[in-house]
Amino acid sequence: MEPLLCFPDPLPAALTVALREAGHTLCAVARPEMVDAAEQASTKDGWGGAVVSTVEDPSEAMALCRHVRRREVPVAPLLLVVAPHQIGDLALRDELFDDLCVLATGAGEIAARLEHLLWRAGQGLRPDIIEYGPLALNLETYQAAVAGRVLDLTYMEYELLRFLAAHPGKVFTRETLLSRVWGYEYYGGARTVDVHVRRLRAKLGEEHAHLIQTVRSVGYRFGQVGWLPAST
Amino acid sequence: MYGVQSQRDYVLRTVEERGIRFVQLWFTDVLGTPKAFNITPAELENALDEGMTFDGSAIDGFSRVQEADVLARPDLKTFQLLPWHGEGESVARVFCDIFNLDGTAFEGCPRHALRRTLDRAREAGYNFFASPEVEYFYFADADPRHPPEVLDTGSYFDLTVADRSSDLRRRTVLMLEEMGIPVEHSQHEDAPSQHEIDLRYTDALTMADTVMTVRLVVKEMAQQKGAYASFMPKPLAGVQGSGMHTHLSLWQGERNAFVDPDDPYGLSTVAHQFIAGLIRHAPEITAVTNQWVNSYKRLVSGYEAPIHISWARNNRSALVRVPVVKHAKVDSTRLEYRAPDSACNPYLAFAVILAAGLRGIEERYELPPEADANLFALSPHELAAKGIGTLPSSLNDAVDQMERSKLLADTLGEHVFEWFIRNKRAEWTEYKSEVTQFELDRYLPTL
Repeated sequence: MEPLLCFPDPLPAALTVALREAGHTLCAVARPEMVDAAEQASTKDGWGGAVVSTVEDPSEAMALCRHVRRREVPVAPLLLVVAPHQIGDLALRDELFDDLCVLATGAGEIAARLEHLLWRAGQGLRPDIIEYGPLALNLETYQAAVAGRVLDLTYMEYELLRFLAAHPGKVFTRETLLSRVWGYEYYGGARTVDVHVRRLRAKLGEEHAHLIQTVRSVGYRFGQVGWLPAST
Repeated sequence: MYGVQSQRDYVLRTVEERGIRFVQLWFTDVLGTPKAFNITPAELENALDEGMTFDGSAIDGFSRVQEADVLARPDLKTFQLLPWHGEGESVARVFCDIFNLDGTAFEGCPRHALRRTLDRAREAGYNFFASPEVEYFYFADADPRHPPEVLDTGSYFDLTVADRSSDLRRRTVLMLEEMGIPVEHSQHEDAPSQHEIDLRYTDALTMADTVMTVRLVVKEMAQQKGAYASFMPKPLAGVQGSGMHTHLSLWQGERNAFVDPDDPYGLSTVAHQFIAGLIRHAPEITAVTNQWVNSYKRLVSGYEAPIHISWARNNRSALVRVPVVKHAKVDSTRLEYRAPDSACNPYLAFAVILAAGLRGIEERYELPPEADANLFALSPHELAAKGIGTLPSSLNDAVDQMERSKLLADTLGEHVFEWFIRNKRAEWTEYKSEVTQFELDRYLPTL
């Protein structure tokens, strides 16, 4: 499971305990501009979701919501925790969060609501498996198979396939893939992505090579446009 | 850093999940001979954390006076299953870098030498890509007591029925693809039983690893079918030798640094200077790109191998060829360096080729004129008038040129530079003291 992005830092103690007990890893940030650095440092596949409290500093909290929802890969689901008198301020801000609860609610209920949100988003605490058509990735054992045939991947091939398969239908530039998947110095530069895509296609085999599509003069896309998980 | 940690988890989990029985730790001696030791999964975790200590004195080019022990540390990005071992006896390999016991890079490790040169290129803003065409022969066996016996009599682009050597090549290419090594093209070469596998470009470090893998897979596939594959540069007199023409390009991010659409050749100033660097330093780097006595039997007049130090667009006698690219495909702009043979150490060969090109860029060398004629047809006098020199004509000649080269000493490092020269001088001395069949045939009846 990827960590939850939390605001502010520290999160109210009761909330921290409840979320930890529910099995989540938390990563709290004090300001919106710290989100990207925190992400680089603590997670490889983005955030599992976010819990943002507006109680302490409403304008910073909203700024953080705007920041994480406008990114290329928006952080979702996002649960907003507000003080009772702040509910009126949420008008016309529906796109910034997925659900809200009032701070007066017990921490246990907040955790339960988050669980439900995660379940709806198809990211609950289930075995970590990504499936798309004939492809299956078991994130826990690091194994990948296509049409039941196990693939012999190198680490970077696996990581690239995992990143692409986690965001089906989405187009990524080479630079984005390089920074998100490799993330550290590598001799190939952006062309390395082409090399690895070619290697992955070779290993997927002719029949399944089309799972990774080249998007001319942009980059690569996994699967079809407009594909959504069956659970939504 | 999470990258290293998750690479480690990936390797350990894969070994467990796939029931891998042995992990081969691969590395290369200074002459490019593959070396390996096998470890069991139980030893793997320790090998990943601490490396494996071994006595380097038995490895060509690793011996030192003061301290013989060195440390092999797996480069986890290169972990890969070896598919030809089949079910039930899964084997994986991982390339290693060699370190001193104090954790510093070992000077004799060819991978480090290439890495250092790639780092220099990167400081200048360039990523270096290589794409070699690996040529080799299939023979009935490796017995030196009789002349090599070819498996077929086909040649260039022949479509033959049930040709045994072409079948071996096809199996090899399929195996390479299964290992994620894309093959751009493969074909029967000009000579009987000679084949070529063209590899799709990658960064040069990955490519050097790939060349080591390809040589092994080619030999392995041949052996499985009772044949022998050889990368010897010139195993048969009178037909082509086995070269490793290597296509080169420099990239700045997503931009090919060799491209300039406004230049009459379509080449940027950087490309001009890179070619000029290769031309100027070619004699010095030849001992590395062509490192055996036998290499110089390939570099002779009358075959496709280059001997004249020149560059040209569509002249296959040139040392550096600039393949003509279609207008819409300017990104495939590249240079082809035609001297190396398939028996070079790819790490050191790529390192010295890159170093020569970079020197051209740093020192802003002027590009000499393109060679327009078939150079093999020109007399020595005409060549001299055009200012066209020749590559070293023997290993001895090449080592002389290398010994005078500061570029080579800097690129290879003193340890490899000195050992290499000593080793090659010894090889030459042994060769020189042989009385060959040629001499017996020619002299015994008459003198």
